[in-house]
Amino acid sequence: MDAKYILQQALNALQLGSIYALIALGYTLVYGVLTMINFAHGDVFMVGAFLCFSAAVLLELPFVPALLFSMAGTALLGAAIERIAYKPLRRAPRVSAIITALGVGIFLESAMLALNPYPKSIPTLIDNVTWTFGGVTVSSLQLLIIALSLGLMLLLDFVVYRTKTGMAMRAISWDRALVPLMGVPVDRVVTLTFALGGALAGAAGTMYGLAYPVIDPYMGIMVGWKAFIAAVVGGIGNIRGAMIGAFILGGVEILVVAFLPSTYRDFVAFSLLLILLMFRPHGILGKTRAQKV
Amino acid sequence: MNPCRSISAWLVASPIRGAALPGLVLAGAVLALGIPRYGWVNPYIQMVLVYIGINIILAGSLNLVNGYMGEFSVGHAGFMAVGAYTASVLTFKVFHLAGASWLFPVAIVAGGLAAAVCGLLVAIPSFRTRGDYLAIVTLAFLMIVKSVIENTSYVEGASGLFGMKRLTTLPWVYFWMVVTLWVIRNFIYSKYGRGMLAIREDELAADLMGVRTRRVKILVFMLSSFFAGVAGGLYAHYLQYISPRSFDILKSTDILIMVYLGGVASLGGSILGATLYQVLLEVLRPSTFNEAFQWLPAPLFQWLSDHVFNQLDIWRMLIMPLLLILVMLYRPRGILGLREWPLLVPERDRPGKRPSAGKGGGA
Repeated sequence: MDAKYILQQALNALQLGSIYALIALGYTLVYGVLTMINFAHGDVFMVGAFLCFSAAVLLELPFVPALLFSMAGTALLGAAIERIAYKPLRRAPRVSAIITALGVGIFLESAMLALNPYPKSIPTLIDNVTWTFGGVTVSSLQLLIIALSLGLMLLLDFVVYRTKTGMAMRAISWDRALVPLMGVPVDRVVTLTFALGGALAGAAGTMYGLAYPVIDPYMGIMVGWKAFIAAVVGGIGNIRGAMIGAFILGGVEILVVAFLPSTYRDFVAFSLLLILLMFRPHGILGKTRAQKV
Repeated sequence: MNPCRSISAWLVASPIRGAALPGLVLAGAVLALGIPRYGWVNPYIQMVLVYIGINIILAGSLNLVNGYMGEFSVGHAGFMAVGAYTASVLTFKVFHLAGASWLFPVAIVAGGLAAAVCGLLVAIPSFRTRGDYLAIVTLAFLMIVKSVIENTSYVEGASGLFGMKRLTTLPWVYFWMVVTLWVIRNFIYSKYGRGMLAIREDELAADLMGVRTRRVKILVFMLSSFFAGVAGGLYAHYLQYISPRSFDILKSTDILIMVYLGGVASLGGSILGATLYQVLLEVLRPSTFNEAFQWLPAPLFQWLSDHVFNQLDIWRMLIMPLLLILVMLYRPRGILGLREWPLLVPERDRPGKRPSAGKGGGA
């Protein structure tokens, strides 16, 4: 065990963590605005990967247009799901919305399975160059994934904390009853939130498809739940928390695979989650709300 | 008007009301014993009936936590796995030496008890966390169970256990289904059951009114997981093959669909949801429609068969989530949500028959 090995693993952890982070942000954005868990989000990520596949194989687009195609598609999908499935349920019991989200997720999986019965592999869209710095191997793909994710996260942070729309989003999560009285178009902002989350999931799907060999209609389930855990660990509803949680989860998973048989990965990740929730039931950056009588 | 509801309302009001429920249970028992023995229906329908029975046990027990107590558990398949593996190891590796058949009920109960102990483990975090966070705890439980099984070579890890005897028969499934529904019904209308409903409405207020919320939660989780374990044991000894993949998050989602399709906080709803789920899954096959519509004119039949019926194999998986979404949009609590078939309500609790107040509370 030397420094080179640790650096190498740290790089892998950053790559995995940035994909988790992009998806976790979608969960946390929606939760912040609607206090609703969008269980279909992992499947939006899956659709993103397949959109990139169709852009690359059927339309023969290069990397950047394929990425934008996938992001635009999943943004539309996210907004459409919100309008069709969630908006009518805003006043219904919260569980109905969660179950509907599960239903939408299964619908997307089954639809994709009907359209694409076999696992697919996205062709290499960018020339993958590897460099070796004193024993540590870095690939251009890895750097691209990390840089692009960080860029998107900074952009999102800017949108949420520095623009008028972002202010409206934060206002809705602060007090949903009062905000419409201040002239904020709640419906439009909520749809926009879903579109933003969808676009990030599309980007994550594209990068996942480039970094890992196979995409299939059920890939969104496990990755989606993991990203959701990342959002919870960071404190769901908190954007910076989601990023921190995702990198912690990525790090833990890579560490487990490095030192233990890979079948222990889920076991350790979920046990850590349970232990963390025992001590900080609202996540790392989450706020504890006092219960009112 | 719902036909089942009308029939059961008629039975409740009819002169034979006292005997209606025992009569139905007895008739079911005669059918359950007679069908496999005299072959009244073909083996395929017998198989569907076994699955419906197991599904009713699963949906009813999950409804206890998700519907009546108002929590959101997604880990039901995990309890099922614990029960399935415990029962299988007992019949396959332990009792095998002693001749398994007559020890089968012992194995099933042991599986249920093992699952109930796990239910206790999940109940403890539920003291502090509720709602979304408890959903995550149950999910983590499910993943951990799966991971532990995958890494245990004694039960063949990820490749799964097979070779159990087919000890689950229609009478056994029927027996356990009746036991499940009977116990759950009596629990709901007991003083602990009222405490459970109070927790759903407002946990803090329930606590202040003297409901021992921790004890009620432990009981509900253990009861619910006990029956999930029983269902797992029955499932394992019917399919004769179990692997960690049989009990993944998709299995949990199936049970959630049955509960929310049928209706939350309603045992009648769980029976309806579990039956509807299995029947739809079986009916939506190309062969059903190809056989049922043969009387149509030949060209029309050919066209329908090619373009609609034979495509069902691909598209039938889409119908279930679509149905779930539509039910949630138009009936957010499920088809029979918060309502009960009058027959399943104990006599003293039927609407219009409130004899004496002060029987609830104080759990």
